[in-house]
Amino acid sequence: MSEQQFCEIALEGGTYETRLTKKFTQRKPYEKDDPRVIKALIPGVIAEIDTQVGKAVKKGDTLMILEAMKMLNRIKAPQDGTVKAIGVAGGDKVTKGQVLIEIE
Amino acid sequence: MSFMQRIIDFFSRKSTVTKGGGDKAISKQKAGGKMTARERIAALLDEGSFHEYDLFVEHKCQDFGMGDKELAADGVVTGSGTIAGRPVCIYAQDFTVAGGSLGLMHARKITKVMDHAIKMGVPIIGINDSGGARIQEGVNSLAGYGEIFYRNTLASGVVPQISVILGPCAGGAVYSPALTDFVFVVDQISKMFITGPEVVKTVLGEEISMEDLGGARVQAETAGNAHFFANSELECFEQIRTLVSFLPDNSRNKPAIIEQKRPKASYKIEELIPKDSKIPFDVRDIVRAIVDDSEFFEVQELFAPNAIIGFGRINGETVGIIGNQALFLAGVLDIDASDKIARFIRFCDAFNIPLLTLMDIPGYLPGSDQEHNGVIRHGAKVLYAYSEASVPKITVILRKAYGGGYIAMCSHHLRADFVFAWPTAEIAVMGPEGAANIIFRSEIMAADNPEEMRKLKVKEYTDKFANPYVAASSGYVDAVITPEETRAAIAHALQLTRNKQEARPDRKHGVPPF
Repeated sequence: MSEQQFCEIALEGGTYETRLTKKFTQRKPYEKDDPRVIKALIPGVIAEIDTQVGKAVKKGDTLMILEAMKMLNRIKAPQDGTVKAIGVAGGDKVTKGQVLIEIE
Repeated sequence: MSFMQRIIDFFSRKSTVTKGGGDKAISKQKAGGKMTARERIAALLDEGSFHEYDLFVEHKCQDFGMGDKELAADGVVTGSGTIAGRPVCIYAQDFTVAGGSLGLMHARKITKVMDHAIKMGVPIIGINDSGGARIQEGVNSLAGYGEIFYRNTLASGVVPQISVILGPCAGGAVYSPALTDFVFVVDQISKMFITGPEVVKTVLGEEISMEDLGGARVQAETAGNAHFFANSELECFEQIRTLVSFLPDNSRNKPAIIEQKRPKASYKIEELIPKDSKIPFDVRDIVRAIVDDSEFFEVQELFAPNAIIGFGRINGETVGIIGNQALFLAGVLDIDASDKIARFIRFCDAFNIPLLTLMDIPGYLPGSDQEHNGVIRHGAKVLYAYSEASVPKITVILRKAYGGGYIAMCSHHLRADFVFAWPTAEIAVMGPEGAANIIFRSEIMAADNPEEMRKLKVKEYTDKFANPYVAASSGYVDAVITPEETRAAIAHALQLTRNKQEARPDRKHGVPPF
């Protein structure tokens, strides 16, 4: 750690020369949630897809089922709209945060 | 049986049981670079001081063919001995016996020695090396864990509790170490996790090795569950002996006062602080320039390095030292540093160890990552712990003391008994740049050359407020002292506060922002 180069960090009261920690450099930048983009909240497998691109959906409609932690999780439409894109296929393994479906 | 036969019978029984899991299991244990449970105890304690209890305890399980199985000492060695002549209670799980698995009697042996430590007022040391619950014993095994956790909680703040992870420590088992005061890990040997890599893979699809998930380095550096990291078991035992030397036997006593020594001449305090307040220095060097023999025994060295905590002595007396480390993240308080500092304060307060705070804080770390993970409630722990602590509290402001960070790091307002400041101290609501930008905003914006005006105003603010005298004029600083005077000032403050008494409201217990 001691060989690490100094760099600048800007804080509320000024800028300082210092070293950064691994956790600091690896922190996730903030991304604003887009309600039209549905992401997997948990890693799992897509058990079934109940919609298709171009189809009109109503808020609360089940769009697909994500099987995770031995539970069948219904992925529902967050608002009325049309399915713009489906990012996965039935049987796909998905990671947390992976885009499943987009609505417009 | 004749008298002689009885004696021979005893030795034969004893030798069978002390062999643990037998030669094959022992050579496997050693092939992994690990010592056996009894070797570990012998290496940690004073030579020949160990007295074992409950050697002939046997498990009571009849299910799954366990009835005919003999498990030597039920997989755990318990007893007491001494460290530098002071008694301690100890247990060590024996991985060579059924993988050190925890059954009901195994747990009872541990809780018995824990009860003993609480009653006698001596530290308890637990060496963990176990595959986890003994599945054949089912819910009785879980009951065993629960009884241990309950006693860890009862013993908390009564006797120092030390956990040593020298093998796997997984699932519920991790919660005993987590409830204790100090956790020691050894590189490549210690593994701690709630759920292992196999479950992580099945459930989450994440591929991660045991080492990367919960190895010694991860626990000491990233998770902060471990307080001391060593490269070998012997180095680990040396660390434990050093730690114990700083601690009292229990919360009714103070740590022993030993012969005093001057700091080493190689640490010249007046030369350690750079002229420019933006350039960092290693606050540990300041500590070494103040404490006896320049010996600073750092706790959680690898975790949240933007704050330092540890033990040293001043005139032979143990002091718990807390400092902001400008070398990392400019010494800000963040979630991890707050957690690290708060827990240490509470330990010191519980065991009558005076607190010395070396302040050089620019404020809190900004960012969504910090805010969303609860820097507010974690940061509040520091305020709570300092305010709650009734041991002597001495603060030295070295340089920056800005905003909420100034209040949090044991200011007068949280009832520091003494606040000293160096002439280099800058005690202000925020750093000069930030403050000037806000106070003189309209003047800066209206100027023909805003950048020039900004610089001018920053300088004006710096000259007027970035010093210890504004705070001193209100009595928030007791004395402005030179770096050279620091050790003597602290030593006197410690002498004066030795019999400190401070009333607290009557209550069952407070509700800290855990």
